[in-house]
Amino acid sequence: MREVEAIIERYGAKRRHVIAILQDIQTQFHYLPREALLEVAARVRIPLIDLYSIATFYNCFSLVPRGEHVIRVCLGTACHLKGGTRLVEALERELGVREGEMTPDGQFSFETVRCVGACALAPLVLIDGRYYPKMKQRKLTQVLARLRRARPPAEVTQ
Amino acid sequence: MKIRTLEQLKALQGELRAARDHKPCVRVCGGTGCRARGSEEVLARFTTLLQEAGLAEAVDLRFTGCHGLCERGPLVSLAPEGIFYQGVEADDVRAIVMETLARGVVIERLLAQDPVTGKRVRREQEIPFYRRQHRLVLRFNGVIDPTDIREYIAFGGYHALGMVLTRLTPDEVIEIIERSGLRGRGGAGFPTGKKWRLARAAPGSRKYVICNGDEGDPGAFMDRSVLEGNPHSVIEGMIIGAYAVGAAQGIIYVREEYPLAVRTLEIALAQARDYGFLGEEIFGSAFSFDMEIVRGAGAFVAGEETALIAAVEGKVSEPRQRPPYPVHRGVWGHPTVINNVETWANVPVIIERGPEWFASLGTATSKGTKIFSLVGKVANTGLVEIPMGMTLRELIEEIGGGAPPPREIKAVQIGGPSGGCLPKTLFDLPIDYESLTEAGAMMGSGGLIVMDDRTCMVDVARYFMDFLRDESCGKCLPCREGTNRMYELLTAICEGRATESDLELLEELAQVVRETSLCGLGQTAPNPVLTTLRYFRSEYEAHIRERRCPAGVCKALIRYVINAERCTGCLACLSPCPQQAIRGQLKQPHVIDQERCIKCGICHEVCQFEAVEIV
Amino acid sequence: MTRLYINGIEVDLEEGTTLLEAVEHLGIEIPTLCFHPGLSAYGACRLCVVELGDGRLVSACTYPVQEGLQVRTHSPRVLRARRMLIELLLSICPGSKRLQDLAAEHQVERVRFSVRDERCILCGLCVRMCAEQMMAHAIGFVNRGYRRRITTPFDLTSDVCRRCGGCLYICPVCELRCQGPEAPSVVCGSCMTPAPTCPPVYEDLACYMGAAGECGTCVRGPRTPDRRSPDFTRRRESV
Repeated sequence: MREVEAIIERYGAKRRHVIAILQDIQTQFHYLPREALLEVAARVRIPLIDLYSIATFYNCFSLVPRGEHVIRVCLGTACHLKGGTRLVEALERELGVREGEMTPDGQFSFETVRCVGACALAPLVLIDGRYYPKMKQRKLTQVLARLRRARPPAEVTQ
Repeated sequence: MKIRTLEQLKALQGELRAARDHKPCVRVCGGTGCRARGSEEVLARFTTLLQEAGLAEAVDLRFTGCHGLCERGPLVSLAPEGIFYQGVEADDVRAIVMETLARGVVIERLLAQDPVTGKRVRREQEIPFYRRQHRLVLRFNGVIDPTDIREYIAFGGYHALGMVLTRLTPDEVIEIIERSGLRGRGGAGFPTGKKWRLARAAPGSRKYVICNGDEGDPGAFMDRSVLEGNPHSVIEGMIIGAYAVGAAQGIIYVREEYPLAVRTLEIALAQARDYGFLGEEIFGSAFSFDMEIVRGAGAFVAGEETALIAAVEGKVSEPRQRPPYPVHRGVWGHPTVINNVETWANVPVIIERGPEWFASLGTATSKGTKIFSLVGKVANTGLVEIPMGMTLRELIEEIGGGAPPPREIKAVQIGGPSGGCLPKTLFDLPIDYESLTEAGAMMGSGGLIVMDDRTCMVDVARYFMDFLRDESCGKCLPCREGTNRMYELLTAICEGRATESDLELLEELAQVVRETSLCGLGQTAPNPVLTTLRYFRSEYEAHIRERRCPAGVCKALIRYVINAERCTGCLACLSPCPQQAIRGQLKQPHVIDQERCIKCGICHEVCQFEAVEIV
Repeated sequence: MTRLYINGIEVDLEEGTTLLEAVEHLGIEIPTLCFHPGLSAYGACRLCVVELGDGRLVSACTYPVQEGLQVRTHSPRVLRARRMLIELLLSICPGSKRLQDLAAEHQVERVRFSVRDERCILCGLCVRMCAEQMMAHAIGFVNRGYRRRITTPFDLTSDVCRRCGGCLYICPVCELRCQGPEAPSVVCGSCMTPAPTCPPVYEDLACYMGAAGECGTCVRGPRTPDRRSPDFTRRRESV
């Protein structure tokens, strides 16, 4: 994989850089493809199992592809007190999938996150990296409906 | 340009001050809270409108770090008058430019209101939220542009480093830090000077200094705000520390969840290199030092220092037995000093103003100030810095403004998942390391979560166990299985399935997890359980004996009902109900069908008349 | 030489010795599970905790001897902690003879947690065996916290595994399955007597590899779904 090759080049094929390398692969592909892990293991010369342990240990890595829109509900303490859990339940009802899963149509991935440090905005939902402060169940369903209606951006063709 | 001498630095500082001091300055808050509320748009609008009004040259515009009062963002302050506007929207910008900047007229509706007198107050210092604070580490947050090193220099930045490198020996620096009484701001409160001395004395030619920016406590964002608002203060502190212990390499470990902090730091490091504060022969001395950023990949346990070392080395973040301590065997086996963000940021201040001055702040054993993120069920959520020794009551009620009525504050959770819940009766406790630890909580890194009478303490304990059983690395049995079993027991209590003997078992287990876990995460993990049991036992007993949740939180033990007297029959709750469980006609009281109700609480949320009650 | 005191007995030992070695040097027995002299110490099961003079409980297998250290190997706090740890272990691995024996030795007479037969205590001996002695690095820990388990990359048969059986050999819980009654207490009744837990016929069984399953010893324990099946994962997450 050319992209993986380039990422490894950027840091150097050293053990101490594997987490950074995986982070960049995650950013590029939105998940860690198996071939990418195999390639990193071979290039950095570390046992595949060590890489697999790292990939499953840290929060920011995902071994399965993500949906078009990534919805993250913050479950920090402040968000929990102000009803974050209810938002999770509302999303489970709305999307028909559990936390950590993707809708069958590939449109939404739904995750929870333990505090993004924006506690004054609790309860907080992040959709595609954008902050939605002081969220309510009702508002959330409306945002979802809007996202569903919006067509995916047209492909740029040459 | 490279700064080689202290004189050069002072000359540059004078130059920068001269260029900016006479100009009015608009400071738009660029903290995460304000950004989420649209401060970037506010900034953009200012840029265009200042241009339009022909004021672009005459007025400085800056996008600063967090001002602190996140609750009321976006925040804009105007220098030199010190006018403080809150809740500024892009559409308000025209008025600010045309009225305030051009004609000096203050816009009343954007000013803060004193909660007691109801009067509008103009200046930041007049707002109760700021009045009682002592902003030392945060002194330039909200003032300077964190992406421009010249801003930091203009306010005296890197002067402390210059003094250290040109006039002090490493031992003298350590002595100053020891005399100041500075203790680690990351949790346990280990004396910083002592740590440095141990590392300096440790054999080894290669040593490291690390900044622990893995702020994983849910409900805490102090370090984030310092890194985003004033990164150079941390960098300067680290260079001074490196000189003191004899390290040539530094590492800043920051969570990837803080992308803005990472970006700001990258810019800051590049600029510090440009000015010669990092690199070879800093300030013309024989001391050379550089540092790099390592992004954390998301693990609460990485805040534990041996786990952080593993993460830096490119491994799974698993703690190991101490001793050997990192000051003897740290990264790749070399002596390593690990301090947290706020600790490092305190260092330049101590050098600049002297250890005696610093030690005059605070209490006998806890010196200086501490930053807290004040969040939860409190009126003024945000970032505060107070002198150690202030009471919890002053912090929560005077600065935080108490709970928005009609709710009443019941407890405060300090120190994140490792800390504890303290009841209102202990609010006269002074905030210092010893008092908090004695009460069963801990200083932690400074997350302070206020809880009101609608917070169930059993649910809070369960929340933290859920967090910890997932964030535990899983290496040692008591932490992995113990937190999981405590979670199970707490869930049973929340669902009204538990017995008195479960409560005993919970206490017994909590004690063993505390005593036998391998690292600090596990050893402090039972604190939320133990403190809630100690101070709020009656709530546990209500769940067990009466199958009742006094705060009305635990779903299995509550019902939603409509108060027929309050219900106006507006139909607003009918359509949002996902279960169609509410029946009713216009202007007739509605009724919830308990058979169908899933207790999602939407009706409670949408009702304008508080007619939906939890029983 | 470092001088320390173990249960009040003065002992001089070389620097770099661990407390476990020191304790064994005096002929005092303390239980261990995740420790093996041929592998690096890991400090995960915490069964070997001892009490230090300052009141801390530390794992003897990883703690280095220090000048003047006061160590108590069987203080009331240590014993109480060990009992709770054994109870936790039994609750996830009731079918292990080794654990049942430990329970009997430590007077653990009941398991108060809901039982979840994991057939693994995550002591990591197999992982270290595979990496340190067999140099294979075929298996390791995945996930973290309560979701942690031991497996091969992607849960697929490993290319680097040589089927040496080292992992099975070293496992402290899969060597002999306890055949005790499936009492609600999970603690096997026979372990409460000084007699061997299981009938002597199983003593020399040692069928770690090829013959496994043929005699039926190792599969007669409580039935649970396979750890790797999707069913199992779902069940765990819903807990």
